[in-house]
Amino acid sequence: MALARPIGILLAKELRTEFRTRELLATTLVFVLIVLVLFSFTFDPTSVESRRFGPGLLWLALLFAGSLMLHPSFTREQSNDTLVALRMAPIEPVAIIAAKILANFCFLLLAEILLLPVFAALYNLHILPVLGRLVAVLVLGTLAICIVGTVFAAISSQARMRELLLPLLLLPLLTPALIASAEATAGLFEEQPALAPVWIGVLAAFDTIFLTVTWLFGDYLLEE
Amino acid sequence: MATIAHAKNMQPSRSSAGEALATVGVALLLFASVYAAILVAPEERTMGLIQRIFYFHVPFGWSAFIAFFINFVASIAYLRSRAPKWDWLAVSSAEVGVPFVTVMLVTGPIWAHPVWGIWWTWDARLTSTFVLWVLYVCYLLLRTLIDEPERRAVVSAVFAIFAAFDIPLVYFSIWFFRTQHPQPVIGAGGSLDPRMLDVLLLAWSATLALLALLLVQRYRLEAMRWELDHLRLNLDRPGPEPQRFAAVGNKGGSA
Repeated sequence: MALARPIGILLAKELRTEFRTRELLATTLVFVLIVLVLFSFTFDPTSVESRRFGPGLLWLALLFAGSLMLHPSFTREQSNDTLVALRMAPIEPVAIIAAKILANFCFLLLAEILLLPVFAALYNLHILPVLGRLVAVLVLGTLAICIVGTVFAAISSQARMRELLLPLLLLPLLTPALIASAEATAGLFEEQPALAPVWIGVLAAFDTIFLTVTWLFGDYLLEE
Repeated sequence: MATIAHAKNMQPSRSSAGEALATVGVALLLFASVYAAILVAPEERTMGLIQRIFYFHVPFGWSAFIAFFINFVASIAYLRSRAPKWDWLAVSSAEVGVPFVTVMLVTGPIWAHPVWGIWWTWDARLTSTFVLWVLYVCYLLLRTLIDEPERRAVVSAVFAIFAAFDIPLVYFSIWFFRTQHPQPVIGAGGSLDPRMLDVLLLAWSATLALLALLLVQRYRLEAMRWELDHLRLNLDRPGPEPQRFAAVGNKGGSA
């Protein structure tokens, strides 16, 4: 567990940077809110329909938010060349990525928890009886977005057209996570709320596989 | 075209009669499988003529999967060894695989429209093939957006590995949604007329030969590009005659 300490220190640094300005959190919150309201213009969210469409729309909004908010995690470092400093530190490069994944996970999850009551009110869904299970789905789904999203932010930060490239790379790859999260969430808003084990399994498999791939191949992205 | 051929003549190792022979061979094989698919294979009882598209749809799909598997292996090999040849193989296989999947995605709806009555359905195989196609189009797009050759190779190899691990997950998750695609008739206890199987295998060998031919050509092109890039880089560097380059630069600057 030689990785735990550097990850902890770097995570604290990421959180400190963000909470000084809170700009990432604020823009993500407003963005998801706008998307959720805009969706209500394209569909009429009456109570029956919102049970069917609501969870999918929520996850789509979170996916879009993720593809935008994860982008600064590496470009922020580029503007002051601080990534060079991080690379020179005597730590495993994978710790830098892991800390960024964790930090982004915290930001996105925090935004989701703040948005959940608003989402429930706008789409007339009862979240209190299923809150525990809903949070479990949110945690697994958000982790999926953040693992792949952070790695791909490192990829797109090295290319041209980076703002456009990240959603392009990220969204198709997250297809299984989107399906599983949206289906698992939809199951919670049925007449008989139930958490389908298969979708939790898909999400857990997605997270495990891509955490492992990141651990094996992620450090190649940070070398000079 | 003529100048390239001329340049090639100066390096005889790059072009050969064997290559021309291979091209003719692949063309003949493709022609033979078209002939067999239309005239030799027996007519399917319910679907009739349109079923014959199956002899192209399936082989192109199988060959495309082989191309993407090569891409996956080459990407890992590149990251481990840093030998440029693995990167050349990776980009070549993706660039050949994408049109092969495109053939599958185009022939599928042509068959589906008369048989299912719709062009497209969001079924597991169709959707996951579509996602697969998008992933590798994005891979090729990513490559065009990074100029530095080594960075491009590393970054796209990591993306390719992510994409390859994503494919089974995509398939599995969409499969749980619903499925409408005809179940596999090979190996899964399905019944396929032996003559149909022969034609299918002939067509598959033709697409595999085409895959190999295109792969070799594309690999060579990539190797030449790499060589050209390096020549250019050496040209930019202050070489044995720095005066000459400085003089050219000053002409515009002092005006």
